[in-house]
Amino acid sequence: MNDELTYYIKDEEIDLLIKTILTKYGYDFSGYSHASFKRRLISIIFKLKISYFAELQYLIETNEIFFFTFLEEITVNVTEMFRDPDFFKVLRLEILPELATFPNIRIWHAGCSTGEEVYSMAILLKEAGLLHRSLLYATDINPTVLKSAASGIFPLNSMKEYTQNYINSGLLYDFSGYYVVKYGKAYFDDELKQRMVFANHNLVSDQSFNEFNLILCRNVLIYFNNDFQNKALNLFYESLTQFGFLALGNKESIHYSDIEEKLQIVNKYQRIWRKKI
Amino acid sequence: MEKKDIVLIGGSAGSIDVLFYILPKLPKEFSIPVVIILHREPTHESHLAELFQMKSKIRVLEVDDKMKIEKNTVYIAPAKYHLLLEPDYAFSLDTSEKVKYTRPSIDVSFISAVDVYKSHIIGIILSGSNDDGAEGMKLIKNTGGTIIIQSPESCTMPTMPKEVNRIVKPDYVFNIDQISSYLIEISSL
Repeated sequence: MNDELTYYIKDEEIDLLIKTILTKYGYDFSGYSHASFKRRLISIIFKLKISYFAELQYLIETNEIFFFTFLEEITVNVTEMFRDPDFFKVLRLEILPELATFPNIRIWHAGCSTGEEVYSMAILLKEAGLLHRSLLYATDINPTVLKSAASGIFPLNSMKEYTQNYINSGLLYDFSGYYVVKYGKAYFDDELKQRMVFANHNLVSDQSFNEFNLILCRNVLIYFNNDFQNKALNLFYESLTQFGFLALGNKESIHYSDIEEKLQIVNKYQRIWRKKI
Repeated sequence: MEKKDIVLIGGSAGSIDVLFYILPKLPKEFSIPVVIILHREPTHESHLAELFQMKSKIRVLEVDDKMKIEKNTVYIAPAKYHLLLEPDYAFSLDTSEKVKYTRPSIDVSFISAVDVYKSHIIGIILSGSNDDGAEGMKLIKNTGGTIIIQSPESCTMPTMPKEVNRIVKPDYVFNIDQISSYLIEISSL
């Protein structure tokens, strides 16, 4: 553990690895936050029991299967259902009433990871009577987490915490009514899944693919530097309908991007903006 | 006593009261950025930066992702994120797994700071109830920085400074008054 904390990698080694990945596989990590990318690399080295950095470089250069294992690990996939209940409270009380005025509601979860937020949103919409006319697009760079998200199966031991988050979000039904327990896992309702579309999408190299009334991208852009953040935020701007909403993580901002002037803040604590025109 | 480029402070149980004593004593024009990493309940004290600000002349901010690191400012690590320092002297946040059962982890921030500020760091560990921060302090010291612990007898919970002392020799063991005097003096060098 302590070895992992203070493990040392040279910046030049990281730069070479990033170059190799871009040339060989087309994934661009050059605009990732330096400090967190380095932490991920060290965590992979320890998790996959790689003895020195050159071995990681060699495996990525020569072994495509290994690269996809690496890709699974390099992105941070820590999430919860109804993560930050105060955020879901604001969605429910301030944003859903606005969305309800549209005939159809399109929502994009950008960087959805294992899907906990998408299922939370579907439950929120269901309880507001809006699910049947909503479509939830969930995208991620990592094909493995998408597969897991699409399955609608979640670890049972998380349900206690999610139930508490659900209650703290101010929702009034019974959270356990949304899943059945089989083989020690929680299987979520097909009714929720039917309104979801899962797709592979890269926020820095792929294009806008639809227009959305609400885009959520919480705690994903923190792993990007200003340049990549700016790219992704412009993509979001292009992908918002008139008066569409953008929700970021509660410590993220659009301050350093060039869309700052084109959005207006709706809730400064929960970091929700709205497209001006 | 040597002037450095950044002051890092870590603490857990019993450290908030200490900071309510130290921060109000810092002048508005404090010439070194101060970064504070505290273990705290995410549901409580979410307005900690605002509470510190009410009592302090120096600007106190809770960190947003990619915020620039500037002098005349005290930065507070937000709850539920690891706080990292970037080579372009900005912060980035990270929601990856807890380290030493905590997020933010003091070790994670201190070690990340050494990457950027090398030997130009003053690391301070206040009262606290586990060993988070000790590895970070050791690295700061071994890289040429200055490390200070709050004297265990002046701590509500002495474990954290004691754990530092167990693995590396601090440059100074100070009570609360000595810590604030030291900081004020360093700032005016």
